[in-house]
Amino acid sequence: MSATYELTIKPRKGWQPIDLKELWLFRELLGFLVWRDIKVRYKQTILGGLWAILQPLIGTIIFGVMFSKVAPIKTTAPYILFVYAGLVPWTFFANSLSMSSNSLIGSEQMIRKTYLPRVFLPLGAILALVLDMLIGFALMSVLLVYYHYPVSAALLWLPALMLGCFFVAAGMGLTLSALNVRYRDVKYVVPFFTQMLFFLTPVIYPLSSAPPKLKVLLALNPMAGMIEGFRHVILGSAMAGDLMWTSAASATLLFIAGLFMFHRMERTFADVI
Amino acid sequence: MQPAIEINGISKRYRLGEGAQMYASFREALSGKLKNPWKTKGIGRQRRGEKNSFWAVKNVSLNIAKGETVALIGSNGAGKSTLLKIISRITDPTEGYIKVRGRMGSLLEVGTGFHPELKGRENIYLNGAILGMHKAEIDSKFDEIVSFAGIGKFLDTPVKRYSSGMYVRLAFSIAAHLDPEILIVDEVLAVGDVAFQKKCLGKMSEACSRARTVVFVSHNLAAVESLCSRGVVLHQGGIVFDGPAKDAIQFYLENLGGDGGASRSNIVDLASSPGRPPKFRPHLKKLELFNGDDRPLRGDVPAGGALKAVIRFDLDTPCTSFDAWIAFDTLGGQRVCTAHSSYEPDREHEERVGQQTFTCEIPSLPLIPGEYKVHVGLDIASGEADWIEDATRLTVLKSDFYGTGILPTKGLLLLRNRWSLEYQREAVAV
Repeated sequence: MSATYELTIKPRKGWQPIDLKELWLFRELLGFLVWRDIKVRYKQTILGGLWAILQPLIGTIIFGVMFSKVAPIKTTAPYILFVYAGLVPWTFFANSLSMSSNSLIGSEQMIRKTYLPRVFLPLGAILALVLDMLIGFALMSVLLVYYHYPVSAALLWLPALMLGCFFVAAGMGLTLSALNVRYRDVKYVVPFFTQMLFFLTPVIYPLSSAPPKLKVLLALNPMAGMIEGFRHVILGSAMAGDLMWTSAASATLLFIAGLFMFHRMERTFADVI
Repeated sequence: MQPAIEINGISKRYRLGEGAQMYASFREALSGKLKNPWKTKGIGRQRRGEKNSFWAVKNVSLNIAKGETVALIGSNGAGKSTLLKIISRITDPTEGYIKVRGRMGSLLEVGTGFHPELKGRENIYLNGAILGMHKAEIDSKFDEIVSFAGIGKFLDTPVKRYSSGMYVRLAFSIAAHLDPEILIVDEVLAVGDVAFQKKCLGKMSEACSRARTVVFVSHNLAAVESLCSRGVVLHQGGIVFDGPAKDAIQFYLENLGGDGGASRSNIVDLASSPGRPPKFRPHLKKLELFNGDDRPLRGDVPAGGALKAVIRFDLDTPCTSFDAWIAFDTLGGQRVCTAHSSYEPDREHEERVGQQTFTCEIPSLPLIPGEYKVHVGLDIASGEADWIEDATRLTVLKSDFYGTGILPTKGLLLLRNRWSLEYQREAVAV
């Protein structure tokens, strides 16, 4: 940085633009935080990185037995593939909410004693989970081979869908983490909220099986479009285009709103944490 | 040239009763909203009255030139740390603005963001990045950081297995290699053992002499004196003195008297002191303490500083032989030294009666920093006539006694000493 670098510190009120230049200057820090979260996540566990696969896999086995043997749900693809394709992004989403919402209060010292773009703390926690999602999808390919399930070029949309998932998770995660600094209630609300959302999102059932009136309501949840999208590109299951675009738009809005919300609440973090 | 840091009317208000508000629950916030639904302010942002708030920093303006080393001095709660937090952008000011010109690094704590599960090596990178260093910068300083901390063997051990000494050494070492144009430092020198503190101090003065702009807060007045050129004294959120560091320390000691010392008086009433053994009649009346410049000394004296004690007493019967003394004990009761008027070769021997005053001048009090008990006594005709045990306490503060900022912590006295290394005559044959 040159000597002409000048910074003005003054009270900030209301909504403020986000300083992208500064985020860029600190980009290496975000890298280090993601790297730290990945390194530390499964430290002192016996199974280590295997947990990245086990979390969706165990769910798949349980739901697989439940809904293909006990109370069958009709799906175009084998139910195991169907539910696994939904559980990988869902696990990412659910873990993102719990990790990011606690990321700030878990870094209290950092907030009270140093200046850094605080938005990197929840974002880093979520980005670190992207690796788990990638590992989860890697196993998906094994399952696809095992089931001799054909895939199409639509698979190329996978990165875009993952970005969409990240937007939803980050949009909610940023808001929740900022609220958690002031109201510790958030800590108790998040697991409960995630569980509710699990049933309101077509993870273990296809959106098509929901009654049409409810569908509109379910479609409001951007994760619904994302998960349906994953199934569409991986398993070739049918999906309504407008649902996808609605979800993509609401995911992006959610992310931007989360960023601004966070930026607005960030000012008092050091004083109230 | 424009100043490196331009502070303009900065104030910071904190709400009182924040404890309750900090962890305020939704219920409270929501019920507030329900009671007054038309309030435009959002949930939990009800405005509280002025009486429920206090100003941690009030209307502070200060210009710091490039290359200047400024110390902020003040008692606890004077607003030093809040000001540093505002300059380092950790918290927003309530009023005013600050312009900072140049790359700034702040060091309000060492080891911020250390992760116990990560190895020493990994924490160097993580902590370095948190302090604002780039990876390339850390790469280039890595070896230096490791050797400064002296943890070479443990680089690949998780820091949770480090001894607390090693942990602190590593943490400080990373911080010490931060090399911004403007450095903000809060009380981080008080880490590690004495030998390491000495090393840190050396590193700090290196940073200061590299013509960086440094803003420094420390309770270690010795460090302030040796590192800083300028001192700013804060009291109750405002600036009360701004000048050369030496004068600032002097001002602070005299007027604010260290922590809690402000309430102490330099005049000790001896007439009705509880420290007098019952067998004595109260001859001693008053003890007055001054520093070298005859300004009142309120219980704090810098190590090696001058002390003047004025002892006022009564002689009920005329006598020619009388002496007063003043003695210093450690809190543990160990007598350190005594100043006795009988040690004075040219004392008067004429007959005296009534009110008398002895003045004892100690040009340099060579006690190591700490708290001391002061005893005062009067001997008449070589016999004890009166004495007061623990008449007052004296706090000896750290000072730059040796001109290096370093003071011993063991022993009782500061010894003036000179050292030289003899010239090495022959090269060692290999």
